[in-house]
Amino acid sequence: MLIYIAKRLLVALPTLLIVSMLVFGLQMLLPGDPVLAMAGEDRDPETLARIRAQLNLDDPVPVQYLRWLGGVVQGDFGTSLRTGQPVSELILQKLPVTIQLAVMAMIFAALIGIPAGIIAAVRKGGVLDWTANIVALSGLSIPNFWLGIMLILLVSVNLGWLPASGYESIFVDPVRSLETMIMPAFVLGTGLAATLMRHTRSSMLGVLSADYIRTARAKGLTGRQVVLKHSFRNALLPVITLSALLFGELLAGAVLTEQIFTIPGFGKLIVDAVFNRDYAVVQGVVLCTAVGFLLMNLIADVVSVLLNPRMRAAL
Amino acid sequence: MTRHLLSATALIALMSALPAGAQTLRIGLSDDADILDPDQSRTFVGRIVYAGLCDKLVDLDAQANIIPMLATDWSWSDDGMALVMDLREGVVFHDGTPFDADAVVANITRSMTLPESRRKSELSSVAGIEATGPMQVTFTLTAPDASLIAQLSDRAGMMVSPTAAEAAGAEFGQNPVCSGPFKFVERIQQDRIVLEKFADYYDADRIAIERVTYRPIPDTTVRLANLRSGELDIVERIAASDVGSVSQDAALQMQEAVGLGYMAIYANIGNGDRALTPMGEDARVRQAFSLAIDREALNQVVFEGTAVPGNQPFPPSSPWFNQDLPVPARDVEAARALLAEAGIDRMPVEIQHANNPVITQMMQVIQAMVAEAGFDVTLRATEFATLLSEQTAGNFQLSRSDWSGRPDPDGNLHQFVTCEGGINDPRYCNPEVDRLLNEARAANDRKVRKDLYDQAGVILNQDLPVIYLGHQTYIFALDQGVQGFEAFPDGMIRLQDVTLSQ
Repeated sequence: MLIYIAKRLLVALPTLLIVSMLVFGLQMLLPGDPVLAMAGEDRDPETLARIRAQLNLDDPVPVQYLRWLGGVVQGDFGTSLRTGQPVSELILQKLPVTIQLAVMAMIFAALIGIPAGIIAAVRKGGVLDWTANIVALSGLSIPNFWLGIMLILLVSVNLGWLPASGYESIFVDPVRSLETMIMPAFVLGTGLAATLMRHTRSSMLGVLSADYIRTARAKGLTGRQVVLKHSFRNALLPVITLSALLFGELLAGAVLTEQIFTIPGFGKLIVDAVFNRDYAVVQGVVLCTAVGFLLMNLIADVVSVLLNPRMRAAL
Repeated sequence: MTRHLLSATALIALMSALPAGAQTLRIGLSDDADILDPDQSRTFVGRIVYAGLCDKLVDLDAQANIIPMLATDWSWSDDGMALVMDLREGVVFHDGTPFDADAVVANITRSMTLPESRRKSELSSVAGIEATGPMQVTFTLTAPDASLIAQLSDRAGMMVSPTAAEAAGAEFGQNPVCSGPFKFVERIQQDRIVLEKFADYYDADRIAIERVTYRPIPDTTVRLANLRSGELDIVERIAASDVGSVSQDAALQMQEAVGLGYMAIYANIGNGDRALTPMGEDARVRQAFSLAIDREALNQVVFEGTAVPGNQPFPPSSPWFNQDLPVPARDVEAARALLAEAGIDRMPVEIQHANNPVITQMMQVIQAMVAEAGFDVTLRATEFATLLSEQTAGNFQLSRSDWSGRPDPDGNLHQFVTCEGGINDPRYCNPEVDRLLNEARAANDRKVRKDLYDQAGVILNQDLPVIYLGHQTYIFALDQGVQGFEAFPDGMIRLQDVTLSQ
């Protein structure tokens, strides 16, 4: 198992290298001069030349890339052009925020999506199935930003139950932290819940029509035992793999959600960085996201192996 | 029961133990500030934070006149080559360092020499500064520059603690130490900046607020929702489309001030190949374009009447506005006649603009207006950083962008329309305009300056390298509990005399 994990990690390295090259290259293709974006209204030629020289932006792109890569290898992600803070510090500051948001959204999604999927599968064609499907379709079709603003207007402005935006660390003030995160996590979770529901449903349907389930029923097991013990465990495998893949979607969704609820997380960091042409920050965030994505996939694979003895043998 | 009673009593005791005036003012900003070092920063919202954090040598009043702040008095030498400033006694920085002539010298020197400084061009007319008394400094200039005082009413004139600045160097912005009414407590990037009242502030009687929190919330709808839900007390720059609902909300109030800047369309006159069209080569075509625009209708449709129509770099309410050139009414016939004179029946025009909803709407209205005069406009919406790059590089025919404005008229004109102007993107060059604007910069007599600007205004109104459309208004929405707040034409939030009641 450990060898398997080590192998996977090794394979991940070239992927990360390619990702970082792509992002670096793509950023250079972006129209809009970072120096102009930085200079703002004080954009007379002298100031521009001074900033450009300070940031070594006159060097050829490959040289700039290698300089950046050299830093990363030594744990130095560079400094933000906009605020002068080290990128690694920014990332460490924002990462826990987005992880909290993502985990809470995932919990929402799993709590809603998986049971709904099971029920829809068991009651296939029934009223509950239709209801779940319609709700799921709505969850998928309602845009995050719209739902977010509507929720703010309803829950915060009209009802005054939850703060409209902001963030507090869970270690500083857990209650306030949860209060500020409930709405964003819900908004971010709805789309995922829908996807999870659809996949749980189809996966369950596949399993429920399998021969061994018929056998289980024939043995006289109760409906509950058949559904939860025999079907669900097997149906869960593709759902777990999917959840890991959804992690990417979650991060993409976090970009929008964090903008609406002004949560100082990863998504807001990268959006602001792109608009300000803050190259070092964009690079650092994308690299971290790629690492996170690869790790999530690895974890999903490991969990599948643990859940499925047949795959253990295949290692 | 007893236990409940006990805890209730304890709670009441605790509540009454809290000082009644422990007030936190929460302000919603439309963007996150950049680095909090007056010498390095560049954002508008950063300046709003400085209004609480860092005092300046001079300040602006609500009519944009220069008034004393850390400098109590100043005078020019007869030849305009020296500026003498007397400094306020009894001022200390947040770290206890006393404010004196040496501190000012250290500050101006830092602004002029720190490699990361963004203030160099603002202080380019300063040759040197020296302490000519314990509480007096003298600036010597390379050339007379009447706009210097106005520069000192902004970041170039902000005084940071020389002790802290020397210790921190370029890292000063992580923990800024100034002499303003509030001192720095903490900052969480993209989330909040917290300041608390500075007990030793020289004018502490005018500060009633104990703590200020600035929170960046870029979305105007969300910013306003936060005000309505009671999460914020003041929000800056609300959208014109929200003005109606805010003024009808009994829990909210509104304050506004016409800004110092302008909204305009820049014409490419001489910046590369794209200037080589009738639009760039023939002033009559630009005059026709300008005449085809109904500025008041633009204001009503796009800004719900909150902006101010204009045709000069200063709003009609400004003392620098040339009254002989009133904002023109729309005249399609005259526009058509001018085009015909230039030998044109219809002509294609490409206008680039920033891709935000308000500006896009504005441009679509203009597109429809000028079509009637014979201009077939193609709109090219780009994201703002790209727009600036294209504008600088000369890759535009007409480009729509804004200027936030400066209190001195020089700041709204000189760098845009003089031949060597730093941000003269149209590359307009007229020696007569250069002469007038240079003389106006060198003159210290207000009447003389006004006359020179009026003359330059007449030429610019003919040549139209910049087609001015109007002036934005800074609109603040406040909770009814906020008292004593006043909107200023520079859009800053000054916290003197502001009180908060629940």
